[in-house]
Amino acid sequence: MTTVDEAVAAAFRADWGRVLATLIGVVGDWDLAEEATQEAFAAAVPAWRRDGIPDRPRAWLTTTARNRAIDRLRRERVGATKLRELPVDRAHDLDVDLDVLDSGLADDRVRLLYTCCHPALSLEARVTLSLRTLCGLSTADVARIFGVPEATMAKRLVRTKRKIALAGIPYRVPPAHLLPERTNAVLHTIHLLYHDTYIAASGNHARQLAELVDELMPDEPEAAGLHALLLLLDARRPARIRDGALVPLEEQDHSRWDTAMIARGMAVLRRAVRRERVGPFQLQALIAGCHVQERIDWAQVVALYDRLLARVPSDTVRLNRAIAIAMRDGPDLGLLDGIDHPLVPAARADFLRRLGRRAEAVPHYREALASTTNPAEQAYLRRRLAEASG
Amino acid sequence: MRYLLLISADEEAAEQSMAAGGFGDFPAWLADLERRGVLEAHEGLHPSPTATTVRVRDGEVLLTDGPFAEGREQVGGFALVNCRDLDEAIEIAAGHPASRIGQVEIRPVR
Repeated sequence: MTTVDEAVAAAFRADWGRVLATLIGVVGDWDLAEEATQEAFAAAVPAWRRDGIPDRPRAWLTTTARNRAIDRLRRERVGATKLRELPVDRAHDLDVDLDVLDSGLADDRVRLLYTCCHPALSLEARVTLSLRTLCGLSTADVARIFGVPEATMAKRLVRTKRKIALAGIPYRVPPAHLLPERTNAVLHTIHLLYHDTYIAASGNHARQLAELVDELMPDEPEAAGLHALLLLLDARRPARIRDGALVPLEEQDHSRWDTAMIARGMAVLRRAVRRERVGPFQLQALIAGCHVQERIDWAQVVALYDRLLARVPSDTVRLNRAIAIAMRDGPDLGLLDGIDHPLVPAARADFLRRLGRRAEAVPHYREALASTTNPAEQAYLRRRLAEASG
Repeated sequence: MRYLLLISADEEAAEQSMAAGGFGDFPAWLADLERRGVLEAHEGLHPSPTATTVRVRDGEVLLTDGPFAEGREQVGGFALVNCRDLDEAIEIAAGHPASRIGQVEIRPVR
């Protein structure tokens, strides 16, 4: 009996996004598609108990969801409430070629991904909708990640779906001339999602999406770069927090790193850079790759930051580069001049601490403490502050 | 899909740009719209100091001299287009010379 539950749970993890993506393409109505997909998964439990687990669960789920959608459209047509929106002949478009579906050639998740990450949507809207549709997270789960009440998140998701429908955002993979820019938007959305969910310890959803994009776009080395980056960052996750406090890289217990994940990350990274189109995500992954070595080659890290800075002239990159130079050559406060970033006080305090100027570091640790709301960062800074004051 | 493109900019900057030939590619933009067969209406507007704003409160007609929202950025023209989807509307909006100094708001028409 439990095997059916397990099979449905496994199908949910593997196929929710794909079944939903197909249904949206077929019915053109996101809410209807979502409801029908939900019903199909709910119907699977009793049906598979009665008839056995189907050979092709996804095909079963897609057919069932499609039939539910047709039923709903028919009922609504009888009620004649939505006639204006739903053309009468919609139902005959609902034939799904299940062989094409199973061949893997026509993966509707790509369409869904590009639509969810359309640049006409706010970054937060892109992230929340991707989590809900592609990862199959419940509205309650998405709400928890963003720290808002479920009703608020439900409203935001409705608003996003309304914008897609009313503003005419097309449900498709963009044409070639828009593809590079749009792929970039997709990758940035996932990167942002990773940072938004990092503290919530659900960064694996971002990694899952990055893996999906990498799998769907094998010719895009930046997709592989992002995938590798998230693997290499996540591999250090178990060592990053100790007793509720952030542990800086140089104090991390290497035995707590996930070596299997590091190996996977390095393999993905090697595959990416072989294409010799190294972009910002690959550069960041290369840097993350340096960070997981037993002895970090800081000269190499600085060289990579130089290349990254040439591509992405942001204060975040400038600050990280300054910190890497300080690791290579020793700290120098002048390195931080002209950098406008909330973490500058923490970096300045750390430079002073390493220079042995503990008393001078104190006010900078205080400033850093006041500027972060992250409990793990606060715990770390309080420890440093106590050390410097003692 | 039908979209109203609301073309706005800093009025002074737009005037200067126009005088300096910054809108030289406007005819090409219009020709492109006609070639696409998407244009339903397109007009430029007199500057915002010529505007009159009407409100009715408690049955009384209240007039304001000027646009409904004060500010340097003002609507200077509009285009009503009937095109495939938002991506095409974005392409059209990005081709308008004013998008380089001001902005174009794309509003789907009910």
